[in-house]
Amino acid sequence: MASEEALYQKRIPIFPRSVKGRYRSLKYLILFTAYSVYFLLPWIPWSRPDGPSQTILFDLVDRRFYLFNLTVYAQDIFWLAGFLIVAAFLLFFVTGIAGRVFCGYFCFQTLWTDVYQLIERLVQGERNARMKLAAAPWGANKFIRMGLTWLLWLLVAFWTGFSFTLYWSHAPELLQQFFTGHAPFPAYATTLFLTATTFVMAGLAREQVCTYMCPYARFQSAMFDQDTLIVAYDEQRGERGCGRAKPKKGLLQQQERIDTDTGDCIDCGYCVQVCPVGIDIRNGMQYQCISCALCIDACNTIMSSIKYPTGLIRYTSENALQGGRTNWLKFKNIGYAVAILVVIGLLVWSISHRTVLEMTVRQVRQPLYVMLSDGSIQNRYTIKVNNKQSKAVTYTLTVRELPGAHWEVRPSDKISLGPSESASYEVRVWLKPGPEFEDDKDFEFVLQQEGTTKPLLSKEVDFYIPHSMR
Amino acid sequence: MSSEKSKQSVQTTGHSWDGDLQEFNNPLPTWWLWGFYATVVFALIYWVLYPAWPIGTSFTKGIGNQIEYTTKEGKVVKTHWNTRAVYEKQMEVAREEQAVYLAKLKDASFQDILNDPQKRGFALSFAKVLFADNCAACHQAGGAGIVGKYPNLADDSWLWGGSFQQIETTIREGRHGNMPSFAGRLTPAQFDDVSEYVLSLSGQSIDAAKAMRGNKLFHGEAGCFACHTAAGTGNVLMGSANLTDHIWTIAQIHPGMTHDQKQQAIINVVTHGVSRTMPTWKHRLSDMQIKMLAFYVHELGGGK
Repeated sequence: MASEEALYQKRIPIFPRSVKGRYRSLKYLILFTAYSVYFLLPWIPWSRPDGPSQTILFDLVDRRFYLFNLTVYAQDIFWLAGFLIVAAFLLFFVTGIAGRVFCGYFCFQTLWTDVYQLIERLVQGERNARMKLAAAPWGANKFIRMGLTWLLWLLVAFWTGFSFTLYWSHAPELLQQFFTGHAPFPAYATTLFLTATTFVMAGLAREQVCTYMCPYARFQSAMFDQDTLIVAYDEQRGERGCGRAKPKKGLLQQQERIDTDTGDCIDCGYCVQVCPVGIDIRNGMQYQCISCALCIDACNTIMSSIKYPTGLIRYTSENALQGGRTNWLKFKNIGYAVAILVVIGLLVWSISHRTVLEMTVRQVRQPLYVMLSDGSIQNRYTIKVNNKQSKAVTYTLTVRELPGAHWEVRPSDKISLGPSESASYEVRVWLKPGPEFEDDKDFEFVLQQEGTTKPLLSKEVDFYIPHSMR
Repeated sequence: MSSEKSKQSVQTTGHSWDGDLQEFNNPLPTWWLWGFYATVVFALIYWVLYPAWPIGTSFTKGIGNQIEYTTKEGKVVKTHWNTRAVYEKQMEVAREEQAVYLAKLKDASFQDILNDPQKRGFALSFAKVLFADNCAACHQAGGAGIVGKYPNLADDSWLWGGSFQQIETTIREGRHGNMPSFAGRLTPAQFDDVSEYVLSLSGQSIDAAKAMRGNKLFHGEAGCFACHTAAGTGNVLMGSANLTDHIWTIAQIHPGMTHDQKQQAIINVVTHGVSRTMPTWKHRLSDMQIKMLAFYVHELGGGK
């Protein structure tokens, strides 16, 4: 094995210390909200006439997605594109203004890593205790504590994977099937896969996911500019002329530090200890930084305790750090905002104007036409009518703009469909050929509300007459 | 990084020959090696669980992989895992799913199936496969047939009757269609006259005198009326063709032909006669399959 020179840097384990503060509280609030939504949503019943009672259900078998009162069919899948475009532009927009907000507050890697670290702290103790335990030889204590940690991680990972699976099937039924061994194979496979990835990503890989794997982490940095809010260390104040210094006699009060041109940073290292990606924010902006803002909480805690003004590490822009003003009203940001609004508008328009009734017409091609005993030509058509409404409907199907034609709809020209039901019909159309038919005849199939002549939906098709009979 | 690398000496195996001849050591990438080990482990587990090693005329069957299935004939088979058994098992499950519908259709009347979209849909898709497997070789996809050889099932003319019952009987028992050859029994002029009369039945005559002579032959000396009936409309009891409509099942007549060509096509049929056989299917298809096929064929042409 090549031992002299490793291609990859060995991971240095990170043992983040806990911290309290404004941003930590905000992050816990977001974590709580996100977990409540993710874990509870599939369990909330939502009655609908055309599907299972569940708020959000992606029914792959019937190719229907139920989102509250909206039923999305496979053919509406382009809404997903619209949704993803909005998500992407929103990411660009927010990143341009406030940096990696998604990474620091909303990304599931961050959320789940937070929970895993909570478990770690609960079982193994604070940073120092964890470091000691990691360095200690394997014994009963280490075995129990590590084992318990991993067990709890595994439980969270499993429930994460299982909850994801619940979105694809009726939750109460799946729960029962799952634990009696009767669930479909994909349910087990999906749960197992997500259990494994959750455990590995949030438990073992952690910051390496952001540093090495995640493409968003890298391309978000490309959206930064001088006016983007970043978590930054105020170097002018922290270092001044003579650099940072530990508090000792003569350097205790801030005024003493200003007088001796010494920085306000007391080099306590708290900001480094709390960092989940293991960097020192005082070295400036780094690509590993996920903008979690925990170092701000850490520094503010220390600054308050020694009665210095807070904000030595704070959200600010490069322009502001250099004494300028942060300018958010710029073409890039406005452009993104407009793009988001336009796509949201299109999406809302498309959803509110979705077709609730569909009809497809396919001409039977084997045989394309049949000569009948009275000399007329028969063409056959297969018509599929899809009722996407959540109520039962009755329509009549007729033929329009084909003079001299007779037709018959099988099984009946009365189209009765239940909620979200579709059915196929066969129509035979008969026409006596003559010299007036120089070309194929175009005509229409029309769907009408029963008892009226108002067309709801029409489809134009060809009537085929062989050339020898024209 | 790269300059740092070039300064490093290349790793060797440590062997040397002839004083200074050394061998480079280029180990496999770690991930590749572990991937390889993983496949070895996979193979070992696979050998235990699935059929793997030949032993004489037999082989290792694998453990804990019993499959039990019931064949189409109702025989229960217990065997070790193999793709054939997996297939049989899947077919068994499919049969069970079909059975639910077949039970509903078993006692349903044809009219019942016709009026119920669910039953109708199942019957059509069930019989579509049967038709493709058993019927389409002669009657062609979609039942279009071949003029002169196999009747068109998609039109509204039925040699042996187009009711559900008649179609079912045709499939179950088979049919034999026969028209004698008139070669040597009629003179060329008489052939000409008869063919003119046959064309006149569907309103395509151009020589009334000829057709009149043909009419006499048809209803007299030649005896055509015996099968085709006096009106020329055919008889479903013997499968004789209706000569008064626009459909030609034996004579190769197309709308674009000249009058002479049409006449010649009819003379060919009358000269050589017809002998066609539709085989009986009762030994090869179940009652249920025949019933579904009858419905399907009825729906191809709309039936009678």
